[in-house]
Amino acid sequence: MQHDEIIWQVIRHNHCSFMAKITTGNFCRNPYNVTGICNRSSCPLANSRYATIRDHDGIFYLYMKTIERAHMPNKLWERVKLPRNYEKALEIIDKHLMYWPKFLVHKTKQRLTKMTQMRIRMRKLALKTREKIMTTPRKEKKREARREEKAEKAAVLDKSIEKELLERLKRGVYGDIYNYPVKEYNKVLDMEGLQAASEDEDEEEPEIEYVEGYEELEEEDDMEDFGGLAIGEPQLDDYTVGVDEDDDDETIAVDRKRVRKDSALAQRKLEKDELGAKSRKKTRVLVEVEHEDTDKRQTVVQ
Amino acid sequence: MGGKRKKSDREGIIAGGEEDVHNNRKEDEKKKRGQQLLPSMIKNKEKRSAVHAKLKHQKKLEKHKKAKARDAAEKRALELGEEPPPKKIPHTIENTREFDETVCKPDDEELFAGNDADEFCSILKREHTPKILITTCRFNSTRGPAFISELLSVIPNAHYYKRGTYDLKKIVEYAKNKDFTSIIVVHSNRREPDAILIIGLPDGPTAHFKLSRLVLRKDIKNHGNPTGHKPELVLTNFTTRLGHRIGRLIQSLFPQDPNFHGRRVATFHNQRDFIFFRHHRYIFERKESKQGDSKGKKGRDTTEEKSSQEKVVARLQECGPRFTLKLINLQHGTFDTKGGEYEWVHKPEMDTSRRRFFL
Repeated sequence: MQHDEIIWQVIRHNHCSFMAKITTGNFCRNPYNVTGICNRSSCPLANSRYATIRDHDGIFYLYMKTIERAHMPNKLWERVKLPRNYEKALEIIDKHLMYWPKFLVHKTKQRLTKMTQMRIRMRKLALKTREKIMTTPRKEKKREARREEKAEKAAVLDKSIEKELLERLKRGVYGDIYNYPVKEYNKVLDMEGLQAASEDEDEEEPEIEYVEGYEELEEEDDMEDFGGLAIGEPQLDDYTVGVDEDDDDETIAVDRKRVRKDSALAQRKLEKDELGAKSRKKTRVLVEVEHEDTDKRQTVVQ
Repeated sequence: MGGKRKKSDREGIIAGGEEDVHNNRKEDEKKKRGQQLLPSMIKNKEKRSAVHAKLKHQKKLEKHKKAKARDAAEKRALELGEEPPPKKIPHTIENTREFDETVCKPDDEELFAGNDADEFCSILKREHTPKILITTCRFNSTRGPAFISELLSVIPNAHYYKRGTYDLKKIVEYAKNKDFTSIIVVHSNRREPDAILIIGLPDGPTAHFKLSRLVLRKDIKNHGNPTGHKPELVLTNFTTRLGHRIGRLIQSLFPQDPNFHGRRVATFHNQRDFIFFRHHRYIFERKESKQGDSKGKKGRDTTEEKSSQEKVVARLQECGPRFTLKLINLQHGTFDTKGGEYEWVHKPEMDTSRRRFFL
């Protein structure tokens, strides 16, 4: 008891490493402090009889220090485990701190209350899902932004989209939507002879691309064809001439795939003619039945 | 000192016939020994920079010479009527992409079998029509609603539900009960959308994308307004198995029976692991060049490129938002960060090579 005053004067006037000064006041960072404020009566160093509550893993312990043990820092703090029940814990505090100064008892009980409230809240929060904030280093963010810009330039998007659409048009995915005048049609007929050779080649390639939907993945990877497994497969012609559109895509797709490999050549020849026909004349028989979607439109057109 | 002097001699700063011969001999000797004197090996900065400049100049001259020779050869060949020598293809990052063994091959049985049995097959085979649930992260931003309304216009049969504070797992269950086929969660950071989570249902994979470069419709010049027709889908450049899977995931968001009369196209173009999304309305036109005869209908024509005079071109009008996606991770099964199995996770150490891409 005699030393308390000296300790306090030394600490307060010179330097206490536990003290934290904030605009609103002085706080004590000492883990054994019961109120958290840097005060003559709240300083655990400057009071030889002191009590506090600390929590470890969700269990609260009452810590007490008395002057009798002041010379044995190792055994200075006496620890009592408090029960989970709030009222029982209060009773235990009362029992242990029976003849202690009112200030300490009051503050200890306050601290217990606060800590139980915090414990309840932490448990509730842990049940809810919290979003975890992940940070990426600045360097990576910038790198990504740079690469994205270059990728955008490398992918001349407008051109590639236009190219893709034109390819689809050529392949006949749109069927007969885009009508053309008869004059042109005649012209084309005239040119047909000249261009039979080149056009054959043209049509073979798309066929190959079609037929194995995945070859395109290497070149330009048009995914829509895989979608229904029905869109854009010329061989459907063979199967669906005169067949309803309500046929199962699955079976057709499966059959197509199996058969494709067997009689690829033969079918290709057939399709060449058919495709050739289709691309020119809408007046021919319902050849372009490739696509379930366009079928409905085309069966009307004869 | 003697060594230094010899070096300077070798560099041939002092140009002289003897020195050159001397240099050449010395350089040959060096090369025979297997060493090559790089400018970086010279410690003296002035000499080093001078040597470097000279080397660069030499290279430039050589390049110039080669280009001239090439042009001359081409010209000569054309004049003579022969085939010009083949043009060399410049190296691009796409050309020099690292070999990836997971690139899909055209005749991959395993791929087809996988496709038949994967989570999207039911939608892609048109057994179910896609129904999308769009929602946001918990504490939403101000820019969010605009983006979401645009998303709603792009994807047909999409519904927006406010997030509240429901757990994502509960939302997944709710959506399953209501027969949705996918969930899209738009996540925002600092009042701007910056991530998209696409969850396939009932037990589809979860793909987490980073969203960047978002441009809303109102910010695009001369934008068009999308109609309600079902859009066409263009997915290009998804080469590897992972890319293929992502492509099918995106495909399962859209209905499989596009309405070609609507002339709407939604494009997801993969370039170097960035998926660029664009939304256009298109029209085919016949473009007449020089000879102005037979002006066919300026409208939609299917005539192919018969002659060099008339060409069919597609014209695009952009409508709808524009953004880029980058895949962060792909998780098997519905959203479950703790217990889920990740099929692919992006790690920063994967970025070390500039020629390596995963989609």
